Amino acid sequence: MHRFANPARFLRLAAAIQPWTAGATLILLGLGLYFGLVDSPADYQQGESVRIMYVHVPSAWLAMAAYSTMAAASGVGIIWKHPLADLVAKAASPVGAAFTFVCLVTGSLWGKPMWGTWWAWDARLTSMLILFFLYLGHMALLNAFDDPTRGAKAAGILALAGFVNIPIIKFSVDWWNTLHQPASVSRVGMPAIDPAMLLPLMLMGLAFTTFFVTILLMRVRSEILAVKVRAIRLTQIHSVPGSATGELVGESLR
Amino acid sequence: MTSLATYFSMGGYAAFVWPSYALTAVVMVGLVVVTWRGLKAREAELKALQDVMPRRRARTHEGQGQ
Amino acid sequence: MSRLAEIVRRDLRLALRQGSDSVMVVTFFVLTVVLFPFGLGPEANLLERTSAGVLWVTALLASMLSLDRLFLADYEDGSLELLALTPTALELLVIGKVAAHWLTTGLPLIVAAPVLAVLLHMNADGFGTLLFTMLLGTPTLSLVGAMGAALVLGARRGGVLLSLLVLPLYIPVLIFGVGAIDAAVQGLPARGLLLLLGGMLMAALPLAPWAAAAALRQALE
Repeated sequence: MHRFANPARFLRLAAAIQPWTAGATLILLGLGLYFGLVDSPADYQQGESVRIMYVHVPSAWLAMAAYSTMAAASGVGIIWKHPLADLVAKAASPVGAAFTFVCLVTGSLWGKPMWGTWWAWDARLTSMLILFFLYLGHMALLNAFDDPTRGAKAAGILALAGFVNIPIIKFSVDWWNTLHQPASVSRVGMPAIDPAMLLPLMLMGLAFTTFFVTILLMRVRSEILAVKVRAIRLTQIHSVPGSATGELVGESLR
Repeated sequence: MTSLATYFSMGGYAAFVWPSYALTAVVMVGLVVVTWRGLKAREAELKALQDVMPRRRARTHEGQGQ
Repeated sequence: MSRLAEIVRRDLRLALRQGSDSVMVVTFFVLTVVLFPFGLGPEANLLERTSAGVLWVTALLASMLSLDRLFLADYEDGSLELLALTPTALELLVIGKVAAHWLTTGLPLIVAAPVLAVLLHMNADGFGTLLFTMLLGTPTLSLVGAMGAALVLGARRGGVLLSLLVLPLYIPVLIFGVGAIDAAVQGLPARGLLLLLGGMLMAALPLAPWAAAAALRQALE
């Protein structure tokens, strides 16, 4: 664990991996878009609007994967107190929030022609909305303190608490939704996957995943540099280069 | 030309399909741009600080593994 | 155990001396519920159908009113640091504080709820279940809220931030609380839903103080 959590080694590793994930993202996105928008049939029930699924479903996957990443990193940060883990959690949450937003809007754009309304309190959309609020809370808490390490620690505890709560929230929303089946809205479910649609879906899913990895690596690199900048600033404030505080903060990075 | 027009009309769902893809593209490109800019800004900031403080330069480079 | 009682007694004494907390919470509860007939119209059927939801949503907001001060006063005057230095575990301190918070806000809400239920024309079959759901649900709200209160200690705009953190986590309590009352009013068995509410309380009872204590520890670092 600590072997990869060493920032110097991480920076080297990230620089080595990143071109590959970026290249893979471009190729997979190209293929996914071709099969998704050109070489795949329209759904017999939903027509061409099924193509929205090829960005909607991968966004939903990524929204959940990013939260899991965030919670796992927070767990590592709390248990092993490794500063790199907190940086990963901090880097993941805006990306996850962005894809949750994409998932919500594309779901709404799909719902208008299918359900006849922009928003239905569908169990899955509602759960996504709550996930979006969880992301907002996490980001707000991260930035609410003058001392960024304080924010990272508090946000880590919140991320774990949210992670424990997600199954409970999901269960309660599913129950609530079956209780209040809206009669006026025609209930076209999210589609069962046809093999011809599986290929573009998988390609887009993979493309989104490699995209997430690429962005996450970049953001973590950026966060590491920010910590270094802060460490140097601290030594400047103490005017003597390498005074006790600066040395301590700088040291925790190596 | 008509076949292209039929394609872009997406069986009448053009107003829903294309905005979905456009939004996804905007968010993905936006994330890349914001992240890239932040990374470059911090690299520049770090470099400026290290130039002012030559004493720390050697050690920080060693820390980056360069 | 005696330490726990001591913490509860101390907080209760402080609350009683300052006096207004419980009164404020109940006043907020009553006033907000009374706003709904003005917003929805006085039609008895509509009010009856929405009564469980209105009561629960309002109770949820009311119980959040005094949350941000749960640890803040002790944090600012330094007594939290002293309490952390005593051999009593921080988890126990949190449980004591939550108990005091529930006694000063949750309990008054439960007392006020049936009166408001009458004003909203709630079916009499729902009254017992209403009390039960609130009895099982409001402690969970206090527990989860305590975790949020500990997390925002020392944060900018802590009060607003607290509601952003805590409200999404309150959703299951709201859903099952209202669900149980609706089931009872329709003559369906509400026992399973009450058990779920109890289960959530049982899960929150160890987990929330643990998380809150972790948050307090890093706030005091």
